[in-house]
Amino acid sequence: MNRLTSLCMLALCAVAFAAPARANLKVFTCEPEWGALLDELGGDKLDVDVATSALQDVHVIEAKPSLIAKVRRADLVVCTGADLEVGWLPQLVRQSGNPKIASGDGSFMAADQITTLEKPAQLDRANGDVHPGGNPHFQMDPRRVLAVAKALSARLAKLDDANAATYAQRLADFSARWNAAIPRWEAKAAPLKDRNVVVHHNSWIYLTTWLGMHEIGSLEPKPGVPPTSAHLATLVDTTRSQHALAIIRAAYQDPKPADWLAERTGVPALTLPFTVGGDAQSKDLFSFYDSTIDKLLGAIK
Amino acid sequence: MRAFVLAACAAVVSPALPAAAPTPSATLQQQLQALEARVAALEANDRRLREQADAANAAAKAAQDELAALKASTAAAVAAEPVPAASPAAVSGSSANAFNPAISVILNGSYSSHSKNPDDYVRAGFPVVGEGGPSPRGFSLGESELSLAANIDEKFYGQLTLSAESENGEDHVGVEEAFVDTTALPQGFNLRLGRFFSDIGYLNSHHTHTDNFFDRPLPYQAFLGSQYGDDGAQLRWLAPTDFYLEFGSEIFRGANFPSGGAEHSGAGVKTLFAHAGGDVGTENSWLAGVSMLKSSAKGADDGFSGDSTLYIADATWKWAPQGNFKDGGVTVRGEYFSDHRDGTWNPPVDDGTPLAWRGARRGAYLEGVYRFNRTWDLGYRVDKLWADRHGPFASDFDPYRNTLELSWHNSEFSLLRLQFSRDEPDANTTDNALTLQYQVSLGAHGAHKF
Repeated sequence: MNRLTSLCMLALCAVAFAAPARANLKVFTCEPEWGALLDELGGDKLDVDVATSALQDVHVIEAKPSLIAKVRRADLVVCTGADLEVGWLPQLVRQSGNPKIASGDGSFMAADQITTLEKPAQLDRANGDVHPGGNPHFQMDPRRVLAVAKALSARLAKLDDANAATYAQRLADFSARWNAAIPRWEAKAAPLKDRNVVVHHNSWIYLTTWLGMHEIGSLEPKPGVPPTSAHLATLVDTTRSQHALAIIRAAYQDPKPADWLAERTGVPALTLPFTVGGDAQSKDLFSFYDSTIDKLLGAIK
Repeated sequence: MRAFVLAACAAVVSPALPAAAPTPSATLQQQLQALEARVAALEANDRRLREQADAANAAAKAAQDELAALKASTAAAVAAEPVPAASPAAVSGSSANAFNPAISVILNGSYSSHSKNPDDYVRAGFPVVGEGGPSPRGFSLGESELSLAANIDEKFYGQLTLSAESENGEDHVGVEEAFVDTTALPQGFNLRLGRFFSDIGYLNSHHTHTDNFFDRPLPYQAFLGSQYGDDGAQLRWLAPTDFYLEFGSEIFRGANFPSGGAEHSGAGVKTLFAHAGGDVGTENSWLAGVSMLKSSAKGADDGFSGDSTLYIADATWKWAPQGNFKDGGVTVRGEYFSDHRDGTWNPPVDDGTPLAWRGARRGAYLEGVYRFNRTWDLGYRVDKLWADRHGPFASDFDPYRNTLELSWHNSEFSLLRLQFSRDEPDANTTDNALTLQYQVSLGAHGAHKF
């Protein structure tokens, strides 16, 4: 019995220390935009698992077994936060039994690094799927992305001291390119200023605020509630009379409601990538913004 | 003061002096010249000092301007980046309620119509135990739950679920689950202590409000009284593999069906289980498992005393376009039960002679749910039990049932379900049941298992 016990202990120790001493930091991220940011900030120093694709609705992902296995081996979890993943991430964390990412430095919520917009004054589910932490779709604001990048780079350096210099250098490189890109995008998007758009879900407030555009209606009667024909009918007049530039939806959203409204108003329905991988052009964060602005500009006749 | 008065007197008197005394003017002249020279020197000094002061003032002004410019540029920089870190003050720690656990409430009720009176329901080969029978006729409150959950500290998580239900017009409020989970064990280990639902099979650990159908499949009703929960301890280990692989074991008190009597000094049930799962591409996910429950019972609810072993195999397959499971797709699930008894059966009458009960019974179900969109789903289920041909519950008939359900989800938090089932519990009986069920959840947003 004693021999058996010590054998078991030995086996456990072997499992515990078998991992190579200088393995890459393993990062689990909920959304593709943070996966792309991690690529910019960490490059080949990180092993990144991205839980979802641009064609999935991250509000309602299932706590799939494959995701539990990925969270199990992560050193760091990078997610949007602000309750965007409330229906699945807590379940992954609890089932994975991984104390490293349950709280503290191993848990990085992008929403905690910035201020969000549309923080509801009143929490009532009669108003739809409201997020107490504010609107979580801030990957559409480059300035907030930069703030997240700075905090994330610092977190990477904290967890992986050996590569701290690399992370600092890559952040400097990314910031320089990003800071150069922002005025370029703003200049290019100047014709979009003060244009009106109708949106599918309230996922575009950061983009419209940044570019000075106006959201005049939403296909969802309330956030998270699927569009109904009665509600769509009420949007026909607004869309026409306010000369909406486009009806915009994310790549993962059902195209039918936007197409219906487009048909009745002559205003084009536009599918925007919404995150990296949302269309063929959006291969990284830069091309994701390029594509978004190009598509919006394309709607101007 | 005195010096001032003296000086004033001297000043008044002195002009008079020269006039009064014709003194030699040459000396006076010299003195005047010396004084003039000193005044000139003082004036020059004063000019120089003033110039210096002006220069200093100009420098100070320049510095101020520079500072102002600096401030302006900083302000501009802040304005360009209006994303200060979220202030930690957002969480006001002063309120005593700030640490309240997440509270969620499930409300559930139904109206059922049965062609066969549920009070006279008998299932061939399988005594009806606990909630393992048909729902009552008419309106009834189903299982309505109140659940409280929170991290206890950096090492523990706790959850309490109270359930209220109405049985034969009587309300029962009970502790459905009350457990503590570890959150800090290394290497993928998890320990759970308290009262909880066993992780055997697929449905058993799931609360009924996550089910696709109004009631549990026949094997769950027959072999587990719908759901097996008890007081005990559980150890799980998640393997560090690329796909999901979990092993676990539990020890329970053994007070509840299929056990009873809390044998072995209150450790009458032991379980072992393993679950594996993964993805096939982005559109398919699967989960499968094998489980075993060993029980030593004394006077279980079906009258059994002795040793029993229940084996369960379960498999779930989900397909959804692009992996958007809430927006459409198909879920197929099946479980197979094999129940082995070695003991005696005590008839419900006091002086009844115990009968030997040795043998095996089996059960299985297969269900498929098609999700049209976020609002509608349609499901079909077939379940069947295979009775023992010998022993106290010998039967030549194997009960079976077909069930069709249609659910309307208004949101993630509310649904209405219409279900029709055709149950053949014995050779001469058919129970056609139609049920309309509502089920809502309010409060904290639950995160459900796969």
